[in-house]
Amino acid sequence: MSVNITFLVITGVLLAAGFYLVLERTLTRVLLGIMLLGNGVNLLILTTGGRRGVAPLFDSNRDPSEYSDPLPQALILTAIVITFAVTAFLLAMIYRSWALTSADIVADDTEDIKVSQSTAYDEEEDSPVAEDTTEFVDEEGRPIREGEE
Amino acid sequence: MNFLELSPLAVLLPIFGAGAAFLARRRLRTQRLITIGILCLTMVLEIGMVAAVWGGESYAIHIGGWDAPFGIALMVDGFSAFMLLISTVVSLAVLLYATSQGLADGDEPGPVSVFHPAYLILLAGVSNAFLAADLFNLYVGFEILLTASYVLLTLGGTAERIRAGTTYVVVSVVSSVIFLMAIAMIYAATGTVNMADLAVKLPELDQGPQLILHVLLLIAFGIKAAVFPLSLWLPDSYPTAPAPVTAVFAGLLTKVGVYAIVRTETLLFPGGTVNAALLVVATLTMVIGILGALAQTDFKRMLSFTLTSHIGYLIFGVAVGGPLAIAATIYYVGHHIIVQTSLFMVAGLIERRAGSANVTKLGSLAKLSPALTILFFIPAINLGGIPPFSGFLGKFGLLHAAAANADALTWAVIGAGLLTSLLTLLAIIRVWARMFWRRAADAEVPSAQLVAESTRVLEQTAVGGAHAPYLGRKLARELEAESLPWGMRYATGSLVVAGIALTVFAGPIFAFCQRVAAELIAREPFINAVLPFS
Repeated sequence: MSVNITFLVITGVLLAAGFYLVLERTLTRVLLGIMLLGNGVNLLILTTGGRRGVAPLFDSNRDPSEYSDPLPQALILTAIVITFAVTAFLLAMIYRSWALTSADIVADDTEDIKVSQSTAYDEEEDSPVAEDTTEFVDEEGRPIREGEE
Repeated sequence: MNFLELSPLAVLLPIFGAGAAFLARRRLRTQRLITIGILCLTMVLEIGMVAAVWGGESYAIHIGGWDAPFGIALMVDGFSAFMLLISTVVSLAVLLYATSQGLADGDEPGPVSVFHPAYLILLAGVSNAFLAADLFNLYVGFEILLTASYVLLTLGGTAERIRAGTTYVVVSVVSSVIFLMAIAMIYAATGTVNMADLAVKLPELDQGPQLILHVLLLIAFGIKAAVFPLSLWLPDSYPTAPAPVTAVFAGLLTKVGVYAIVRTETLLFPGGTVNAALLVVATLTMVIGILGALAQTDFKRMLSFTLTSHIGYLIFGVAVGGPLAIAATIYYVGHHIIVQTSLFMVAGLIERRAGSANVTKLGSLAKLSPALTILFFIPAINLGGIPPFSGFLGKFGLLHAAAANADALTWAVIGAGLLTSLLTLLAIIRVWARMFWRRAADAEVPSAQLVAESTRVLEQTAVGGAHAPYLGRKLARELEAESLPWGMRYATGSLVVAGIALTVFAGPIFAFCQRVAAELIAREPFINAVLPFS
């Protein structure tokens, strides 16, 4: 199978830029990153179809090897629709985030910070317990220990 | 006509049901009836499917009459039918729970009425992923369930859910991108995406490309299955969702990833080339997950950590390989789906009963809420692996299979598995001692409501006379019935009973798992069913 090196390089650049943007904290950039990732992968799938050929509509006069491979194109079509849906959802989420906090930055997880800042000391389990050394009490309920009185 | 010809309905019924439920979004009663009816129908169908493959048959359906590898094939074998049935049973229980909760709260037509359609689409995606016999169809199944899960996770759109949803969406999209890259490269290397065809063609590739494709697939599925170090998104995003949503996510979504990993390891790359790496990853998943669980004070977050921790056992089973280990893995998947879902449902009940699921605020629940106590106790000790429950049987099967033919690394992982089991028990006991046994007034942050209620119950008991304990229990039951609708309690109870059934009928079910595992390892049943002419 012959491979178009230009496509592969472009795929690499798109994916690298996409992954970089996804690591950002601003949601708009994350969205742009996801769109780049989607396009990069689609281009990669297209490359797997091999060399170009005529449209794969059956024609009895043609040699089968002249057709282009239709399967990657069908896969890309599905992948494009899915990326489209996810992009629309993310846009709605960004809008909601902006409406709530007038920022599109991913917030910190408060519960997580609470846990990470808590100490290993656990009051329920680690606090010293008053030890009873006797089972006997006097009239007022005070414990009578050995050696007392 | 073979009964199994009907199995595409396991995907189609929920899809059409979702459409109908969406049309009925302004009529809540109709919407509930449609959704519950569709799920019942699907369950009946899947019981028939499991019965049809009980003896170890495999059956492929070629959609539209196009033969594989050119057309799309669906695969019904013991493994997929078992997973389908368990997922539908679990989602039906959660749906009844959610419906009862909605009825009690008097929900109105509004944005929330997308819950039922989205829920059915989620189930359709899960079913499609289980039935898929080609990688791209598996990808589409993943995407259907993920897109539905984005909607369910951010229901209501509060700031907290948007925050959690962002992480979840980004991580899921990245895993999908990696999966798609793997599909593209596999297609470039072999010229097919049909799994049966791949099972024949992949071993013909050189070692290098094989390893790259193998690892790419495992990374993509590992993110979905929440395998360490790709698991950190899960405890962050799951606990914020509404209780029924968390319950169904915890049960199903990660297991779809595990299912895909089992298929990859048994069908596509059966050589076990990365088993040593998988063993290390399984150990880290188990130990780090459970250490995370011990640090949490929020019950739902703690459960999310035990969820990721116990995924480690499944990876362990896959890495050990062999008929017994795979059979134990399949049994453990069933156990884990049911137990984790019931515990998350119980967490929802606790939150509803006591106003919070944070253990620092709770106490006295054993006295105040007798039904809740039983509903928590059974799945909790089941998760902790106490005999005779299915958690113990599954773990025993896994460790038994591993010890049969173990080297030093496997012994280390067996040790880690036992340690994790012990630490799970510790985590469960800590929650039990605090939430149920101690007095509400002794909590770090006492809840006024619980303290007042437990005082009332104690007063009833302290009145004296022969009927005093009875009066106290009666008041407790009345208080419980006020805050927990009967539907929610019975839905949770039915899943707890399903967990017990998995224990009671462990003999026949495990024998079935062994037949399934033998089929998976032999590979021919799958390949011959999908490619009858090769």
